Amino acid sequence: MPKDGGIGASSKRREDARFLTGIGNYTDDINLHGQAYVHFLRSDVAHGKINGIDTSTAESMPGVIRIFTGKDFETAGSIPCGWQVTDRFGEVMKEPRHPILAEGKVRHVGDPIAAIVAETREQARDAAEAIELDIEDLPAVIDMKAALEDGSTKVHDDLSDNLCFDWGFVEENKQAVDDAIKSAAHVTTLELVNNRLVPNAMEPRVAVGDFNRGTGEHTLYTTSQNPHVIRLLMGAFVLNIPEHKLRVVAPDVGGGFGSKIYHYAEEAFCTYAARELNRPVKWTCTRSEAFLSDAQARDHVTKIELALDADNNFTAVRTETYANMGAYLSTFAPSIPTWLHGTLMAGNYKTPLVYVNVKAVFTNTVPVDAYRGAGRPEATYQLERVIDKAARELGVDPIALRRQNFITEFPYATPVAVEYDSGDFNRLMDKLEANADFDGFAARRAENEKTGKLRGLGINCFIEACGIAPSHLVGQLGARAGLYESATVRVNATGGITVMTGSHSHGQGHETVFPQVVADMIGIDESMIEIEHGDTANTPMGMGTYGSRSIAVGGSAMVRATEKIINKARKIAAHLMEAAEADIELKDGQFTVAGTDKSVAWGDVTLAAYVPHNYPLEDIEPGLEETAFYDPNNFTYPAGAYACEVEVDPETGRVTIERFTTADDFGNVVNPMIVDGQVHGGLAQGIGQALLENCSYDENGQLLSASYMDYAMPRADDMPFFTVDHSNGTPCAHNPLGVKGCGEAGAIGSCPTVINAVVDAVQSGGINLDHIDMPVTPGRVWQAIQSAK
Amino acid sequence: MYAFDIERPTTLADAVKLLAASDEHQALGGGQTLIPTLKQRLAMPETLVSLTAIDELKGICQDDAGRICIGAATTHDEVVKGAGDYPGLAALAGQIGDPAVRNRGTIGGSLANNDPSACYPAAALGSGATIVTNKREIAADDYFQGMFTTALDEGEIITEVKFPVPQKAAYMKFEQPASRFALVGAFVAQYADGVRVAITGASEEGVFRWSEAEAALGANFSPDAIEDLTLSGDGMIADLHGSGDYRANLVAVMTKRAVAAAG
Repeated sequence: MPKDGGIGASSKRREDARFLTGIGNYTDDINLHGQAYVHFLRSDVAHGKINGIDTSTAESMPGVIRIFTGKDFETAGSIPCGWQVTDRFGEVMKEPRHPILAEGKVRHVGDPIAAIVAETREQARDAAEAIELDIEDLPAVIDMKAALEDGSTKVHDDLSDNLCFDWGFVEENKQAVDDAIKSAAHVTTLELVNNRLVPNAMEPRVAVGDFNRGTGEHTLYTTSQNPHVIRLLMGAFVLNIPEHKLRVVAPDVGGGFGSKIYHYAEEAFCTYAARELNRPVKWTCTRSEAFLSDAQARDHVTKIELALDADNNFTAVRTETYANMGAYLSTFAPSIPTWLHGTLMAGNYKTPLVYVNVKAVFTNTVPVDAYRGAGRPEATYQLERVIDKAARELGVDPIALRRQNFITEFPYATPVAVEYDSGDFNRLMDKLEANADFDGFAARRAENEKTGKLRGLGINCFIEACGIAPSHLVGQLGARAGLYESATVRVNATGGITVMTGSHSHGQGHETVFPQVVADMIGIDESMIEIEHGDTANTPMGMGTYGSRSIAVGGSAMVRATEKIINKARKIAAHLMEAAEADIELKDGQFTVAGTDKSVAWGDVTLAAYVPHNYPLEDIEPGLEETAFYDPNNFTYPAGAYACEVEVDPETGRVTIERFTTADDFGNVVNPMIVDGQVHGGLAQGIGQALLENCSYDENGQLLSASYMDYAMPRADDMPFFTVDHSNGTPCAHNPLGVKGCGEAGAIGSCPTVINAVVDAVQSGGINLDHIDMPVTPGRVWQAIQSAK
Repeated sequence: MYAFDIERPTTLADAVKLLAASDEHQALGGGQTLIPTLKQRLAMPETLVSLTAIDELKGICQDDAGRICIGAATTHDEVVKGAGDYPGLAALAGQIGDPAVRNRGTIGGSLANNDPSACYPAAALGSGATIVTNKREIAADDYFQGMFTTALDEGEIITEVKFPVPQKAAYMKFEQPASRFALVGAFVAQYADGVRVAITGASEEGVFRWSEAEAALGANFSPDAIEDLTLSGDGMIADLHGSGDYRANLVAVMTKRAVAAAG
């Protein structure tokens, strides 16, 4: 029986009414009195030496207020990187300066060279065209392996080469892994590319800087998943503004997928220019600009080897990955191919030995950073593709091979530094087998073959590390921040509640889900609870939303704060009813004295807290407001088993997804409808990567897929109807809600599922194709079939 | 976008006069190509002369020879709904872009632009249509002169397009995954005096007639008739979405499927 409120209820998303009727408040809806506009003149070459920037004509153009170049920011800090990776040899990564505006060189198409502030956007753009640039073209560094060759042009002249770091994990295991592979009964090897993506949030980035001359306070309105992080990074490292003089506001945010985690140059510019010019300064990114300036995603080139013994037990995994960093280090870039990737290379399997090598490379391309899944999709893709290939080589059933190697006992310490707290992979696979109708597959395949089409079935299992993250652990791994979360629960006099949280929704539905939890704990209606988020001025210092962390970490902080509220309210209730605190019970919003008919309502207690006429003032303070900071003691480990059936048209190479079935373990689920939606969205993004999306540069560093004319976004009609299930959760063992997080699973689990199915389909046509790289566009599939024939 | 003036004449004569007044004046049809171009600041016309307020350029009728005559400012959606006497053409119009594009884009605009991946050039060439302008009538075979190039003179305006109605016709479009323009589109039409096959999306020379297929289908209008025909990938567009060989393959596959669909 579905619940009609609280934890486990599919409460309707209350924020959607304003989003869907056009009355949301996005950053671009903010317009301040006297506001000026900035346009960024961006490099149209991938690599060049700046010999001169002549702004004289542009400065005298109508409406121009001031033109800034790199020289104006020479004393400003570098856009900081939030993670420091230490390499195989104990050296810290190379960390080049990332200026607000280019200094001396441009390093990717889109690198900002000058910022023109004018009365109108069009005037700023007109003036930009009148700036005369003298830029000497340099050879562009695009291919990662070529970038590491001796004598390659350097992206950063002050570094010894283009290698950011050469990371080994677990380095101490390297020899043992090498030996295991040498002595294995069978080794399956696969080389693959995890294609670069452009994040493409529906709302482009926007920044509005404001400065109050009277108070000396700076305000930045920005499209961010984590305003407190931006305040810290920009204030402390770039512009030298203390937190108490800097407020960062991220109002409604229209999607991010990771791309709105990072601190970007445009934010620092608008904040700085507002003070310099004593006027609000606004920047609205165009879609074309977003292709050249939003941090991009994935871009790994990998060789993976899987060793098996004579009984098909996995004995070792070894990988070598080249990870593209782009031209500069974006905020979390170094952590993605390392700690969010290497730690998942054991997957769902009890492989005893794992060694991961990652070479991170600077190139003349847009910086790369986290994108839905962030490192975990890359890990899952390699592992599940190589397992599939091994099953085919060995002639064994791919499900049986996986089941044979599943981890079955928890907690389980992997050979790659993490400890899975809970899970049941066989139960997920059972559920998948039941829901995906594997028994009917042969008949469906036969039906397709009648029309000359090939049908394939792909299977995939995955595990992810979410609920990011235990601060003590990530600190050891190179994080320069803690990754706790915070919440203040403010109970108002008449019983309504405002929860101020450091988590920040960019579409997930926090305004609906968080109240469900508090309502459930107190036994009041969800409508009595409101969420405040996104403004550093009225929320406690929190780390924001990414890594499927909001309900697991932010929700836990809120639970802790609500527990404090309930404890205090019980004391007040005990006083009001002249009973012992130990006898007070809270149910359905009523405090009762156990074994009696005495009761006081929630609202009576909250009123007493603020009108303390009859109140235990000698024992407790008036008021009812509590804050909690929650630091998780482990990651959470959502897991899943996915199945996909595709149809391949061998004449055209077109792949269509016919069925997609998921069995996920998200632990406990607060709002099943929203979780379904998260899975659907994640699947659509993963299917987009697998079938359609490809960020492609030519050898000169020009972006070939620079608009929707060439960059294929997934559309609704590219998707099948999904069959999703998350009823088999094993509760997280270490957070109060038992939740694991669901935001990234679909994107992590879907790519290998699709590609396994495509290879299976092509193989069914008698064509010996081992692998095909994403995206499996019609042209690529047709070409691969021709080559394999 | 740069600043520009806009004129909305209501007669063809006024439009012609406005376009002749300056080299900086540019005709605007439904704007489905020109407006995005302006937004990217890739064109800087002083004045746009909109053709969409001219009633004499709108509407669909049938002439004495039985040809379907479509006014140049008629939208794709109007063709979908109003060209029922030529179902193959109406179906093609229904595959252009999305509803927003079909409600704004016009047949005259599409043919004047002659995008190498547009759908309408395949219909016009595959039907042996006549392109009527304010000055003359141009046979489709003479009209298309390569990518974005047509027989139109500076300031010349398409007023109408006349389509002879075939016995059978079908258009088979294989969509480029991002833009959903034709990666390859094949339009096949069977007339009493022969079969025409026009291919869009594939060639570096823009829309073209596949004469070998026309001959084979003229003798036997069935997919089997062209089963063994192939094209060379040389001269075919090669880009992110497919090689020249791939497009050449799609031409053969889509033509066969169009013949099958025509019945």
